[in-house]
Amino acid sequence: MAEVHLPPTLPSLFDDLPRTVEVDGATVAEAIDGLEQRWPGMFDRLCQPGPELRPHINVYVDRERAGLQTQIGPGSRVDVIAAISGG
Amino acid sequence: MSSHTMLLVGTRKGCFVLESNGDRADWRIRGPYCDGWPVYHAVYDNDTGTIFAAAASEWHGHGVWRSHDLGETWELSSEGLNYGESEELKLSKVSGLSVAHGRVRAGTEACGIFESRDGGATWSLLSTLDGQPARDIWNDPANQPPGHLGMPAILPHPSEPDHFWAIVQGIGIFETTDNGASWTPRNRGLRADWPREHDEVGFCVHKLVMSPTDNSRFFQQNHVGMHRSDDGGLSWTEITEGLPTDFGFAAAVHPHDRDSFYVIPLDGGHGRFTPDGKVAVWRTSDAGSTWRRLDQGLPQRDAYVGVLREGMAIDDHDTPGLYFGTSTGQLFASRDEGESWDEIASYLPGIWSVEVATVAA
Repeated sequence: MAEVHLPPTLPSLFDDLPRTVEVDGATVAEAIDGLEQRWPGMFDRLCQPGPELRPHINVYVDRERAGLQTQIGPGSRVDVIAAISGG
Repeated sequence: MSSHTMLLVGTRKGCFVLESNGDRADWRIRGPYCDGWPVYHAVYDNDTGTIFAAAASEWHGHGVWRSHDLGETWELSSEGLNYGESEELKLSKVSGLSVAHGRVRAGTEACGIFESRDGGATWSLLSTLDGQPARDIWNDPANQPPGHLGMPAILPHPSEPDHFWAIVQGIGIFETTDNGASWTPRNRGLRADWPREHDEVGFCVHKLVMSPTDNSRFFQQNHVGMHRSDDGGLSWTEITEGLPTDFGFAAAVHPHDRDSFYVIPLDGGHGRFTPDGKVAVWRTSDAGSTWRRLDQGLPQRDAYVGVLREGMAIDDHDTPGLYFGTSTGQLFASRDEGESWDEIASYLPGIWSVEVATVAA
């Protein structure tokens, strides 16, 4: 079970989505699949066809930059960061 | 039954709703909606009372928002709005929307048309216009203008559900009568000031409108010139003479008069703003033989504003009201067919689209 920290731009898009969620999964991709099961549409907000992470979405696992195939250990912290961009 | 007039304004920072009672003198602004996502085009479905807004977030991708309560609450969907694992086509933006006959259609970048028949909850790809002239190189980056080649506009036929027209940026107009199964280019007679490899395509159509009183009467604002068709788009005649420039994006057609058409000419160079710092709408009342400048109440000095493709709308009152929004966030309204104007919002985010609807109270 990993602890996923989501960016502030997401909770307003989904009913009852908290900023921090506990999700099962052995990889980042599986964790996102788990989020998609509970909040349909989440995959499209974080990923694009490929599949790959959207260009302005960064993921860190235990504070290391991660990709969709990065392994998640029990008790890992996963940070999903919306890039500092825009104006 | 009483009614009010509602404006849907798509901006760089969300969708805004403006409402006025029957006299269209005082306006109340609500918003921003859609979580502040950039909204390229927002439209209203008179049959269901639903607002649809095409959006693309830099962080979270594209989608179409919908509201069943005039903007109080919203839902977002992008289910089915993608090209799957296509190597050639990546969907980066939903550019334009149309709604008619219970079908919502979305034009996208890269160029394609998606359709929803469940009120915007799910979408499916209708067509990428395969087989049309030069289609094989439309998405070659070496052949594109700066930015992506997109499908910014879809014009539905008012009484034939499977019949509509689509604009492909820099390529031209295409007509289908079988809901996208087959297409015919409709650009005969248009001007192009650049070399083209195919006779039927290579035209830069900015905005296409159809007269509600005569469905064979079309007008268009092109990259080079204003044009009219009297045969449902089969052929075009240029009607630019009398206008200050041949460039512009927005256009509107009078709801009760097939010969009246409005445009906002812009400087066609790099600026693409109102010429000489003076804002004006131009009207023809004789199908383009003559044009008249309408500027009462509009800024006449130091006003370098742009008005984009979907930036002007006209309502269906007996004396129609006109509305246009600028890329610097000013919104202007006229209650008298463009004869005089008021600035009804001054500090909105940059405006990409303005649509108007008469809503039963």
